[in-house]
Amino acid sequence: MCGVCGCGEGEARIEQGGNQPFAGPGTPARESQQQALRDDPGERSHLVRVEQDLFARNDALAAHNREHFRAHRVLALNLVSSPGSGKTTLLVNTLQALLPTTSAAVIEGDQETTTDADRIRQTGAPAVQVNTGRGCHLDAQMVDSAFHKLQLTDGMLFIENVGNLVCPAGFDLGEAHKVVITSVTEGEDKPLKYPNMFAASSLLLVSKVDLLPYLDFDVDVLIANARRVNPSIAVIQISAKDNTGMDSWLQWLNAARSMASASA
Amino acid sequence: MHEAALCQCLVDIIRDQQRQRGFRQVRTVYVEVGVLGHVEPQALAFAFEVAALDSPAAGATLRIEEIAGRAWCTDCAEHVTVERRGDPCPVCGGFGMIVEQGEELRLKELEVV
Repeated sequence: MCGVCGCGEGEARIEQGGNQPFAGPGTPARESQQQALRDDPGERSHLVRVEQDLFARNDALAAHNREHFRAHRVLALNLVSSPGSGKTTLLVNTLQALLPTTSAAVIEGDQETTTDADRIRQTGAPAVQVNTGRGCHLDAQMVDSAFHKLQLTDGMLFIENVGNLVCPAGFDLGEAHKVVITSVTEGEDKPLKYPNMFAASSLLLVSKVDLLPYLDFDVDVLIANARRVNPSIAVIQISAKDNTGMDSWLQWLNAARSMASASA
Repeated sequence: MHEAALCQCLVDIIRDQQRQRGFRQVRTVYVEVGVLGHVEPQALAFAFEVAALDSPAAGATLRIEEIAGRAWCTDCAEHVTVERRGDPCPVCGGFGMIVEQGEELRLKELEVV
C-alpha cells in the first residue's frame, strides 16, 4: 500500500477467525477509476468546512472498547516497546505469577506468526494473535474483534502491541494505561528519540536489568530522559531472568486494577 | 508508517463529505498537523497521494498547516512555546510541561467543484 515502508491497512488477520482479510477502519471500498473525473480548470471552486479529526473513528471505537472493558470489569493494558525488549518473556512470567489468583488474557499483535500467542497459551492463559500483515500497529477495531474471541470477565487483559515505538503511540485501543518497556540493551536516549510513546505511557518498565553489570548503561539517565517528555511517568526496573522488580510490577497491576474498578 | 492508515481515514471522511454535500471533485485538501503530534508531514503527503487514488480526491493538492506546540509549564506557571517534546521550558529550563496545543491532526476544509 504505502511505497515508503510497505505498511498498509486492511490486511490484518485475527487468529481463530479463519484468517480472512480483516476489514479494519480505513479499508477503502475499491471504487472505479471513473470516480476520478477530469477536473475542468475553468470551473469555479468553493470551500467546504469539515473540521474532523483523523483519529476520530479510532477514538470512537476505543471508547466503545473502554465501555466493554468496564462492563466486563477488565483492566486493559497496552504494552508497547521496540522489538526485542523482552515483552513476551515478561508477560509469560507475569501470567505465571497472576494466574493462580487472577483471570488474565492476552491479545498479541505482530506482523506475522503465531509464535507469541503460542508461548502465552503455554502458561494456561487464553490468547488471541492478531497479525497486522503490512500494518505497523494495532487499532481499536482489531482489539474489539479480538476481545470478542476471549471470554474474559473480572480480570486483566494484556494487549501486546506490535514492536514499534512510533506508530502505536497515537492509536488508543481503549486501554486503561499504556506501559512502555525499554530494555537496558537499548540506548538511554530512547525516550527523547521516540517522545510520543513515552509521553503517552503511564509506566516505564526498564527490562533486563540483570544485564546491567555487563553494560555501560546508565538507568538514571534513561529515567531522567523519560521524565523530560513525561514528568509523571512511573518507573519500575525489572528482570524476567532473576525476578528483580516483579513484586513492584504486580503491586502496580493490582493498584491499577483497584483504581479501574473504583472508577467503574 | 501509520500515516498510510490515517490517510485512509482522511479519504473516508472525504467520501462521507461527498455523499453529504454532493460535490464532484476535490481540488485542495487543507489539514492541520500539530508539530508535537504523531504525524510526519512529508510521510502524510506521500501516503495521501496513494490513498486518494480512485477517490474524489484523486490528484488533489494536500496543504498542510503546521500547528505550533504550546505547553503549560508546571515549574514556572507560564504558557510557553515548545518545538519538540523533551525540550526544556524556554522560561525556567524545567521539564514539567503539560502540552496544550500541537497534537492536532484535523481535516479543516476542502476546495471542491
